[in-house]
Amino acid sequence: MKLITSMILAATALLLALPAAAAPSGPPIKIGSTLALTGPLSATAMIHKLTGEIYVEELNKRGGLLGRPVEWTVKDDQSKPDVARTLYEQLVTVDKVDLLIGPYATPNILSAIGVAQKYQKVLVHHTLGIPSLAKYDMQFPAWSVGYNPETTVPNTLFDALASTTKFPKTIAIVTSKFPSVYMMSVGAREVAKKRGVKEVLFLEWEFGNKDYGPIASRVKDANPDFVFVGAIGMEGNQLLDAMKKIDYVPPLQFFMYPAPGPLAKAPGAEHAFAASIFEQHPPFTNNPTAAAFVKIFNERAAKAGLPDNSVETQAAASYSTWQVLEAAVTATKSLDDKVIAAWLKKNKVDTIQGRLRFDGPSNFGDDLMRIKQVQNGHWVTVWPKEWAAPGVKVLAQ
Amino acid sequence: MNFPSWTLLGQSLLSGIFIGSLYGLLGLGLSLSWGMLRQINLAHFALAFLGAYLTFQLTSVVGMDPLMTLALILPCFFAFGVLMQWLFSRFAISPFNSLLVTFGITVIIESLIQWLWTADYRRMDSVYADMKFKVGTLYVPIPELFTLLIAILLSLSTWALLRYTDLGRALRASAEDGQIAAAFGVNEKKLALLLSGFSAAFAGVAGLCLALSYTLSPSQIYAWIGVVFAAVMIGGLGNPIGPLVAGIVIGVAEAITMALISPAWAPLVSFSLLIIVLLTRADKI
Repeated sequence: MKLITSMILAATALLLALPAAAAPSGPPIKIGSTLALTGPLSATAMIHKLTGEIYVEELNKRGGLLGRPVEWTVKDDQSKPDVARTLYEQLVTVDKVDLLIGPYATPNILSAIGVAQKYQKVLVHHTLGIPSLAKYDMQFPAWSVGYNPETTVPNTLFDALASTTKFPKTIAIVTSKFPSVYMMSVGAREVAKKRGVKEVLFLEWEFGNKDYGPIASRVKDANPDFVFVGAIGMEGNQLLDAMKKIDYVPPLQFFMYPAPGPLAKAPGAEHAFAASIFEQHPPFTNNPTAAAFVKIFNERAAKAGLPDNSVETQAAASYSTWQVLEAAVTATKSLDDKVIAAWLKKNKVDTIQGRLRFDGPSNFGDDLMRIKQVQNGHWVTVWPKEWAAPGVKVLAQ
Repeated sequence: MNFPSWTLLGQSLLSGIFIGSLYGLLGLGLSLSWGMLRQINLAHFALAFLGAYLTFQLTSVVGMDPLMTLALILPCFFAFGVLMQWLFSRFAISPFNSLLVTFGITVIIESLIQWLWTADYRRMDSVYADMKFKVGTLYVPIPELFTLLIAILLSLSTWALLRYTDLGRALRASAEDGQIAAAFGVNEKKLALLLSGFSAAFAGVAGLCLALSYTLSPSQIYAWIGVVFAAVMIGGLGNPIGPLVAGIVIGVAEAITMALISPAWAPLVSFSLLIIVLLTRADKI
């Protein structure tokens, strides 16, 4: 016993004497990507930029990749897929980066995938909303929506609603024609039909619509039990504002891809639902890596002046992207794209949103989307039960 | 197809009038500078959004009443408009080049807004935000009603000023034929500075209305350009009442399309109207 105690003490002393990690040395490993730093997608892209900066700093503090420092080159694709394509070409041919990371938003990711395919580079990306369009076999999604999110996400939502005493009998589906959102809304129509919910209204608007008054009036006129809002960014808030102006709040409402911070604070949003892969509460933050990231992100986002400082889907997907790339490079001890891709296809990676696998169609794995709800002005995960915040359950209006 | 309720139609009509008045308000300064100064001032939209962000800042951070912010914003914007015109005149910018130069100014202002307020969405909380009253079954929101009233007031005052005052006559004469007007003692350069100052100040007023009713983000600057251009062209260049009337026609047509057919069809309305006007009365624009 004495010997074991002495050995433990000696080992502890040795560990304390060692530096936290050897400082990285040698030529930097260059990782390149674009983000929508300006243009209509820039509000969300700022979250990805901040997450990437935090990750690279932390990674270099841990000793970098393969003992070498990591250098992240991020260019502004101006929210334009054509610019993203050009810039990814530049990253590969002019900047000669070692590895690529995906941009933000489905159209831009698809552009980047095209370039990655041309040069046979691995592309780990975040937030690709239409899995069926990802044909390239060396692209890897770090946003775990599964291959058929248009079916699986609405099903998870209806499961959550079924856990309450007020399962809706009628539904109004109103949606932006933004491609990934529209796909989910069309899927929700099918799922609602199969679950016996009668559709009383289906409306679609062009992305960039400015007048939500008539849409709100039509929803009120249809008087549904449940409104499925296929909105991206502030569209959801704009519709809520318009509904509030005519004194209308739907009994139940779901927003597909809202701007989470502003929506939670919006009047009339209490008990609204949305989908999420991560919220900054247990059980997600039981993972020490997630808890540490949440802490630093909250501080840095406040410093950067972002109105919403919390870690949710966007930041978590972005962080997971870096985790996937780090895991693959570390495990293979290689920067060879083909070696990295082969490893990812055979292995699972633990990320802050859960364990990701890439062996399904288009390298998509499980749908890890959960349902969250605004309760007392804050988003909390409510479904599935095992991911619900402590003491929280699904509430009907 | 079920016929929509009268409440739905009435509420949509109101919604169309309100957004149309904002099209008209945004188009007022643009129409004046295009029609009378021969400048296609794209920066007008960026100025309006800068005005909206300044209103947001003065209200949310300094704690001013949103309407009182005009006391600070209008003189500054007037001065900016004067400065811009002085530079245009100094470097003899042609009408076509004005489009390029003002696009450049738009990009600079957009970057400035993004630098100061980040790209994230901003929404102004004000005492007026929740104010509304009911007429029968219809709801009338106060911020939108304010936009309509201010658009009518500014359009009619500008029209009256141009029509019934010596200053207005001089401005119209300069726009018609600058050299002949100068021969009659009209100081074309000074009038141009004044008109540019007023146009920029109108952008500041439109900014207040944007901040009262809309969520702000820097990239939203470009979302209004197409429809407001249509309102200005349909309303007639240099005509202060035209953009308001055309804006309301477009707004109502869009809203009724949304209520009766589909919101997705609404954007077709403004440009279909523009094409019809271009085909039938191009000479009047």
